[in-house]
Amino acid sequence: MTTDTLRSPLSITSPTTADAAETEELLALARRLRWEIGIDFHQALMEAIYAQAAHIADRAVTQPGAKPRFDLDRTIDRLVTSRRWGFPLMVLLFALIFWLTISGANYPSELLSNLLIGRIYPGLHALAGLVGLPWWLRGLLIDGMYLGTAWVVSVMLPPMAIFFPLFTLLEDFGYLPRVAFNLDAVFKRAGAHGKQVLSMMMGFGCNAAGVVATRIIDSPRERLIAMITNNFSLCNGRWPTQILIASLFLGSLVPAALAGLVSALAVVGVAILGVLLSLVVSWALSRTVLRGEVSTFSLELPPYRPPRLWQTLYTSVIDRTLIVLGRAVTFALPAGAAIWLVANIHVGDSSLAAWLIRLLDPIGWLLGLNGVILLAYIVAIPANEIVIPTVLMLTVLVTGMTDYGAGPGVMFELENTADLMQLFQAGGWTLLTAVNLMLFSLIHNPCSTTIATIYKESGSAKWTAVAALLPLGLGFVVTFLVAQIWRLLAG
Amino acid sequence: MDYEPLRLDTPPAVASCATCPAHHLGNLRRLGIDMTSWDYVVALAGNPNVGKSTVFNALTGLRQHTGNWPGKTVSRAEGGFVYAGKRYKLVDLPGTYSLLATSPDEEVARDFILFGRPDVTVIVVDATRLERNLNLVLQILEITRRVVICLNLMDEARRLGLEIDIRRLARDLGTPVVPTEARQRKGLDELVRTIAEVAEGRVLSRPPRLLHEPLALTRAVHLLVERLERLYPDLPNARWVALRLLDGDERMIQAVRTGELAELARLPETNTAMPLAAPAPASSA
Repeated sequence: MTTDTLRSPLSITSPTTADAAETEELLALARRLRWEIGIDFHQALMEAIYAQAAHIADRAVTQPGAKPRFDLDRTIDRLVTSRRWGFPLMVLLFALIFWLTISGANYPSELLSNLLIGRIYPGLHALAGLVGLPWWLRGLLIDGMYLGTAWVVSVMLPPMAIFFPLFTLLEDFGYLPRVAFNLDAVFKRAGAHGKQVLSMMMGFGCNAAGVVATRIIDSPRERLIAMITNNFSLCNGRWPTQILIASLFLGSLVPAALAGLVSALAVVGVAILGVLLSLVVSWALSRTVLRGEVSTFSLELPPYRPPRLWQTLYTSVIDRTLIVLGRAVTFALPAGAAIWLVANIHVGDSSLAAWLIRLLDPIGWLLGLNGVILLAYIVAIPANEIVIPTVLMLTVLVTGMTDYGAGPGVMFELENTADLMQLFQAGGWTLLTAVNLMLFSLIHNPCSTTIATIYKESGSAKWTAVAALLPLGLGFVVTFLVAQIWRLLAG
Repeated sequence: MDYEPLRLDTPPAVASCATCPAHHLGNLRRLGIDMTSWDYVVALAGNPNVGKSTVFNALTGLRQHTGNWPGKTVSRAEGGFVYAGKRYKLVDLPGTYSLLATSPDEEVARDFILFGRPDVTVIVVDATRLERNLNLVLQILEITRRVVICLNLMDEARRLGLEIDIRRLARDLGTPVVPTEARQRKGLDELVRTIAEVAEGRVLSRPPRLLHEPLALTRAVHLLVERLERLYPDLPNARWVALRLLDGDERMIQAVRTGELAELARLPETNTAMPLAAPAPASSA
């Protein structure tokens, strides 16, 4: 408490002056006293505060008499953080969430695309015909911007509306700190901060949010590591790509009854690979450019609380789903227009898109991908969400299978997966292409929003560049190696 | 130590400064707070995961996302409410265990309480972990006396069979304590009423003296406080500033050098309304 003396209220208004010499003298006194009281002063003060807190708490709180009662929290904790069951339970729980998401999203997705693309889309064309819009404006607005947006909404909204509430329920229940507890030791060995697990979990929703969440990490060194590796958390914009490709190519390898499960496990596998990569990269960074001590922290395991169902639904729909969707739509509008333009501006005998694809094809082949995918990733720098629509549209363009969709440069929804498979096969896709697309979707540069957020949070152009280019380079290396080994083994 | 939150029927003369929205306008604006349409600023502090965001949402009617894990609120959230014709701006600070370390979120909380000088600081406290939570309470009481303690999660405390003597706690801390169950919206009326009383300057805390402070430290602090008070006669929390200087806190040293501290001291504030803070009985004011 302050040792003020009684003063007249009038002195409050009188001006006070402290010139530079006096302030320096004050600081010098502080330095001298600091020297005198010794370095353990901080400790002593903390101890005094702790002692006081203990004293007051002790006086105010009556502990219940010896209670050998059954403690549910402790029992659950013993199970979910146990050495033997902790990890399997974690994988199982997340697999369950993805399986619910994948199998639950199909039907509403179909409904939405029937509405937005099956009905409204032709309606808009009819309307444009009535008004008499020129063909290029009609193409740009309806075939480009509207269809791009409609695709993003129908593909993204249902999985998000299922995934986010489930994830939020888990969070509300208090499970996430247990995950952090399980992974803490592993992360520590990688030279990263244990709290990086929490920002990583946020990254599974959105990497930009994950990067902001690294603020909970005190040490700048460990915070940078967390920011750079956050991109390895498969974000919401990339889930649809993973889910679609997994169910098309991997699900079809097994009997139909198992397809959903296998696809879900494949997606979980990619997500786990992301966690492993984030560990490896953290390890490498903390042993090279970001060397330093691992700081300790105390992680509080909060009591389990029954999740509030309606509030959770409300906040996860408003806060997460709609905000992420809004962002996706904002980027889909111009991207849809850009795709339509590159597909319809002709240079010489073929469209700009065709030229670019031909240019990128050799590089794509080396990486086990193709020019279409690479071009799609260039177009999709603003938002990962539009990769799949772009890939589909460009594939139609290349294969000339114009009986699908409505002409070059038009994003569209195919009626069923058999059609999609046929289209991909016509585009020269193999299992290798699918696997490498899933890998590249996990390991490439973060989206523009995340890059901007990293710059804002780190304040360093250099580290922002590292965060953007390191995953991209790694993605090239990984897909290249996989492609070479695959081809070697396949003969 | 036998002291209860001080209540005066008539506000002291200087309290009118507190109701004048201009009294700390400059500092708040620098911290990014728009004060144009608010009568009082209320800061919400507390350890991580004690239900600060839940209290914030319940008071403001906003639905900021709440989650059951520490470190949820990494930046500041703002909202407002109206009570008895006055408009209150509520600022949700990041959860911290202490104000003495230097992580970014602790700095946000500390700078806001010190330089923003909110009219009221509500400290949300987890009733089931009182001892650990009181560390932060004692630290905040070093900075400001316009404090209300919101003893949250009373339902969980009951579930655990804990009994808390609220009157004794309030007396020991010299600060009003309001028991709440924010998730069930219980106790919030009383909380708002108490916030209003502190905002209007009718209640001020009188924090306890640290019992186990080393003698050398007490002496050093005393010397520095003397000097500080000579330089800045109106500095509201000279002892705390002295402690920070002794700790070699760069931010505080900088505040002394740049004159930010002098500026802070020059602002009239009822935190230091002497008739209230001094041990002398209130009637002598």
